[in-house]
Amino acid sequence: MQAKESNQNLKRYTIVTAMDNEAGVLSQLAHLFSRKGYNIETIAAGWTVDQNVTRFTIEIYSDEARVELLCSQLRKLVPIHYVEILDPSKAIRRELMLVRVHAADRAERNEIIQISNIFRGSVIDITSDSITISVTGDDQKTSAFEALLKEFGIIELARTGIVAMERGEL
Amino acid sequence: MNNTARKLNGSEILIQCLLEQGVDTIFGYPGGAILNVYDALYAHPEIRHILTSHEQGASHAADGYARSTGKVGVCFATSGPGATNLTTGIATAYMDSSPVVFITCNVNSDLIGRDSFQEVDINGVSLPITKCGYIVSDVNKLADTVREAFTIARSGRPGPVLIDIQKNATASECEYFPTTPEEFAANPDGRIARLKATHHPSISYPEIDLRAIDRLADMLDRAQKPLLICGGGVVRSGASEEFRELAHRLDIPVAITVMGGGAFGGYDDLKTGMIGMHGSQASNMACDSCDLLVAVGCRFSDRVTLNPAGFAKKAKIAHIDIDPSEIDKNIKSDLHIIGDAKEILRILLARLKKDRKNDEWKKYVFSFKRETEYDDPEDGNLTPKQILSAAAEILPQDTMVTTDVGQHQMWAIQHFRFDYPGQLTTSGGFGTMGFGLGAAIGVQAGNPEKTVLHVTGDGSFRMNCNELATEAYYKMPIITLLFNNSTLGMVRQWQHLIYHEHYSQTTLDRGPDFVKLAEAYGIHGRRVTDEGTLRETLTEAVNSRFDGKGWVIDCKIDMDEMVRPMVGGNSFITNFMLY
Repeated sequence: MQAKESNQNLKRYTIVTAMDNEAGVLSQLAHLFSRKGYNIETIAAGWTVDQNVTRFTIEIYSDEARVELLCSQLRKLVPIHYVEILDPSKAIRRELMLVRVHAADRAERNEIIQISNIFRGSVIDITSDSITISVTGDDQKTSAFEALLKEFGIIELARTGIVAMERGEL
Repeated sequence: MNNTARKLNGSEILIQCLLEQGVDTIFGYPGGAILNVYDALYAHPEIRHILTSHEQGASHAADGYARSTGKVGVCFATSGPGATNLTTGIATAYMDSSPVVFITCNVNSDLIGRDSFQEVDINGVSLPITKCGYIVSDVNKLADTVREAFTIARSGRPGPVLIDIQKNATASECEYFPTTPEEFAANPDGRIARLKATHHPSISYPEIDLRAIDRLADMLDRAQKPLLICGGGVVRSGASEEFRELAHRLDIPVAITVMGGGAFGGYDDLKTGMIGMHGSQASNMACDSCDLLVAVGCRFSDRVTLNPAGFAKKAKIAHIDIDPSEIDKNIKSDLHIIGDAKEILRILLARLKKDRKNDEWKKYVFSFKRETEYDDPEDGNLTPKQILSAAAEILPQDTMVTTDVGQHQMWAIQHFRFDYPGQLTTSGGFGTMGFGLGAAIGVQAGNPEKTVLHVTGDGSFRMNCNELATEAYYKMPIITLLFNNSTLGMVRQWQHLIYHEHYSQTTLDRGPDFVKLAEAYGIHGRRVTDEGTLRETLTEAVNSRFDGKGWVIDCKIDMDEMVRPMVGGNSFITNFMLY
């Protein structure tokens, strides 16, 4: 991921799409990305107000010309309802991260909870030697949180992947 | 229309749905999982089922049938190996936008996922080579799935669709409500309605951009050196007449892609010939010099453009295509119009500024050769041009031609004057060796009154010559013209030109004796080594057409014959290695 970001031509794109909620649509979608040579950085899915429609948020690295081509290929999949590339300046991007971290003693526990409070995380579970926290935000926030917890020793970490939508017009 | 519901089993419902679509010919091969369907078919003599030697042959036959008739081809196969044997045929149809519905059956729902006998996830396997794929496990969903599959296969940019039906769904019963394709498409609750309403590219396209058409008319009016490219989309859309009218009213030279063969008049003075790797000098030089290139139904494949950076570099490029994902995919265009070629050209013709002549530009373009020119042979060997000229003279002018893939394919496309859409059936995109004979069976099944010529090479023919059994059984008088150079000629040509004459694994110094092979299948076979015997044999083949026996004419040619001209891969289009 670091290597890709250092490549000047590649930018991170957020693509949102809706598909019929039926067996096999995820594999159709994922397959198209892989056969056009993309690695999916994050993918998150769930149904929308209509339970027959699943909305996906997918993030990839690409250049502008190729991402447009990819989207026009996606639009050809029969179960697809729409495909949009979100404008980064208007996009709301959020993911949820769960992290279980070592907390050997009271001092460490307090420090972790303080950091968590700054990030508006919530403590989900606590034991004599660990704390599990959930935090929500864009990937910069979750990554910063992760970096701060590293020194305590992360036992397990899980992210949902980004879900995104555009801000409403004023 | 009789709208009363009847209770039928899935197999009978499938047959009824095929009848709704006007299907009268199916190519296929039975097996365990698809037994119920074949049992239902037994009671329907109004549907002609052509049993091939191998599922691959059936897949190419259904494809050839579709391309040559404009109807949707239908192909049946059983689960497991029956289904996977279709895959080369599915990919061939996909790359050349041919509408075929492939119907496979799979094991019972309760056996799915257990690695049961002859179980394979064919829908997963064929995902990247179909427009759309369906798995049917519930008989109640079968009828609408079949109807939707046909609609998608034939609409928008056509292509293959796969339906995999689990065996229990072919046996269980449900109410069958007859309908027509029109009624089905008009159903406001169906998926087709959603696809139509959103102009989904699988079946539709947005409203045609009239401002873009006016801009194109303006560009055409101002261009000094215009060039048209006739692609496969002109064939699929049936836009041949409109395309010809455009070329003639504006007096524009026309280069033709492999897939566009037949859509523009083979005898037309404006024809520059094939364009691309084996394109004529006239086509490739015109492409390099033109100031406006209008490509219709052409996806600018690498075999057409070669190095895209130098392609038509002095020209404004206008791209007309039904598939939005083709725009700017391989070649960046200055103007594009999305929609059906026939519709777009019809509107464009009405909005042209004025008719014109391009004498000076044409004089330049046609100062280059538009056909391959061969020196007369000194050694008395048969040459490809002699063979094809003899075939073109002796066979009826409307002979339908299928080809395999390789040198003979390029020679056939260069030398025959394909004059109507559907006259040429060839695997352009996927380059499938072994396509030609199966395709010829499909073409002959769909066009029983036409003479069908199958042009092949010894390498391609050996791959799927088992279909001679099918040709013989159904009394199809297909003429196989075999260019036998005892080598994989096109690969050898590359080895000669690029790989220092290392003829690695391309020499076919082995059998079979193709004449004996033909005779073993009960059809005519003859070996020819000189032009006189060839002409006599072709005349005999034409005259014996009604004996219902095909021919294999084994023409011995020199193994060092090459396809000329040739531009090396990824070079500039005018950078000929061979003239």
